[in-house]
Amino acid sequence: MTTASHKEALPLLAVRGVTQEFRKTGLFSASASPVRALDDISFILHRQTTLAIIGESGAGKSSLARCIALLEKPTAGEILFGEQNVLALNGRELLPFQRAVQLVFQDPTSSLNPRFTAAELVSEPLVVQGEGTAAQRHQKALELMHQVGLPAKWSNKRPLEFSGGQRQRLAIARALSLNPRLIIFDEALSSLDIDNQELILQLLANLQRERSLTYIHITHDLNLVSRVADEIAVIHQGRIVEHGAAPALLEHQETAYARELFFGRSTLSAILDARFAEAQR
Amino acid sequence: MDPLLQVRDLSVSYRQESAEPHQAVAAVGFDIHAGEVLGVMGESGCGKTTVALSLLGLLPRDRTDISGSILFRGRELKGMKEAELRRIRGAEISLVYQEPEIALCPVMRVGQQIAEVLRAHKSWTTGRCRVEANSLLARVGFENPSQIADRYPHQLSGGQRQRILLAQALACEPALIVADEPTASLDASSQSEFLELLRQLKDETSTAMLLISHAPEVQATLADRLVVMSHGQIIEQGDIRQVCLHPADPRTRKLLDRNASGALGTFVGTELHPEHELIV
Repeated sequence: MTTASHKEALPLLAVRGVTQEFRKTGLFSASASPVRALDDISFILHRQTTLAIIGESGAGKSSLARCIALLEKPTAGEILFGEQNVLALNGRELLPFQRAVQLVFQDPTSSLNPRFTAAELVSEPLVVQGEGTAAQRHQKALELMHQVGLPAKWSNKRPLEFSGGQRQRLAIARALSLNPRLIIFDEALSSLDIDNQELILQLLANLQRERSLTYIHITHDLNLVSRVADEIAVIHQGRIVEHGAAPALLEHQETAYARELFFGRSTLSAILDARFAEAQR
Repeated sequence: MDPLLQVRDLSVSYRQESAEPHQAVAAVGFDIHAGEVLGVMGESGCGKTTVALSLLGLLPRDRTDISGSILFRGRELKGMKEAELRRIRGAEISLVYQEPEIALCPVMRVGQQIAEVLRAHKSWTTGRCRVEANSLLARVGFENPSQIADRYPHQLSGGQRQRILLAQALACEPALIVADEPTASLDASSQSEFLELLRQLKDETSTAMLLISHAPEVQATLADRLVVMSHGQIIEQGDIRQVCLHPADPRTRKLLDRNASGALGTFVGTELHPEHELIV
């Protein structure tokens, strides 16, 4: 273990040259060239910051999230958590890392087992990690539910009895159960209406302060980005094409791709121009 | 040429048990010409869907009061007998619902559900209906219609189910399709796919459409003319470019701003660069 002061200076996460290739495995296409989902991705992330990774669908955002959470193994590169290259770890060595990084998915309806009660869902990660007795785990689940604003009396309800926003809070409580240091939200807030989104953002901001959490938001919701991000990385065809502090990047974009992503599609005049220019030809 | 549909002074109010009747639509009037897409935009609760349902005679008769006139191909739809309406519904005017999860029968193969529409309106054999259903599936963009026809709704994605509804709506080659928020339940990429499909069909057929959507970018993609509603009334209507780019009513401007798709546009427009007009 390193000393506390040394730990402070070290970034929480360093991603170096991460490349992810998928081979098409059709019957007759074995020789086809692999699809490169991530191409030499590098960045560092300091603790208690919020990074937004944006890009159009298919740009590689979710692949990157899954690699960082070790749900997939990149073809090449290093992922350093503190000083440890987690890609070199195996089996039980990975357990502490798997606790420290949690992923919250887009659709809480499909990511939460409908047959579990709320308390069971929130405490399931503790069961997996073999922590505490059943009674302790239940108590912890109630505390976590309280923290995300869900009353303890709802602990026996099942996911489908909750609203969309409540269900996403349940998913967040579950992610918090193992005291993570990094939480990755893969489009986790995009399906919520504006009021629920606001509520959850408040909650996340409080938790970030209390527990000095680090967040990565994978999203195409640029409104969300402008509200939460300290840093923004723009990803296009598997590469980070732009990365910087949020206010500066929102103000000025270096690449045409980022500019188009920020402004291009949002203008109705662009849609109309394209449509009626076509009609004239 | 006379318009396909002429709506004049249409007012709809819902009777309520223990309160004054709620007026959902007040003195609304518009025309739809053959082959035209008329967009109806407005915040939720502004009466968009009530207008749509009144065109199909689908409002509950015992609980609504309708006044005004709905002239379709010279026939008055308001107050028309149910039996007569049933011949028009699905055959001459059809509806694409907002939620394919609810509109499709969960225990019936989707091919059958399309063939059912044909059987209701044409005196074709079962075999012919099945063949036609397959060609409709191909028309709404399925590459393997006969396989899709054998699926149940739960075996399809949201975007695919929405296309099944569209195939049903197209089945009898109606003169008018009423599409009520057809893309609202779809994610961003299936939404743009579905819009592209509607755009192609618009180019290929002479079917007119009443497109109900609160999303300006959906309207800008498809509508030829746009009607903007607020609290049951039409606050503005005109050519799509005119209304989107030079809205006359401040409420229209607000709707266009708030709902603009790349949400950052709105944000940057209002908070970071107050002088930068992104939308208009």
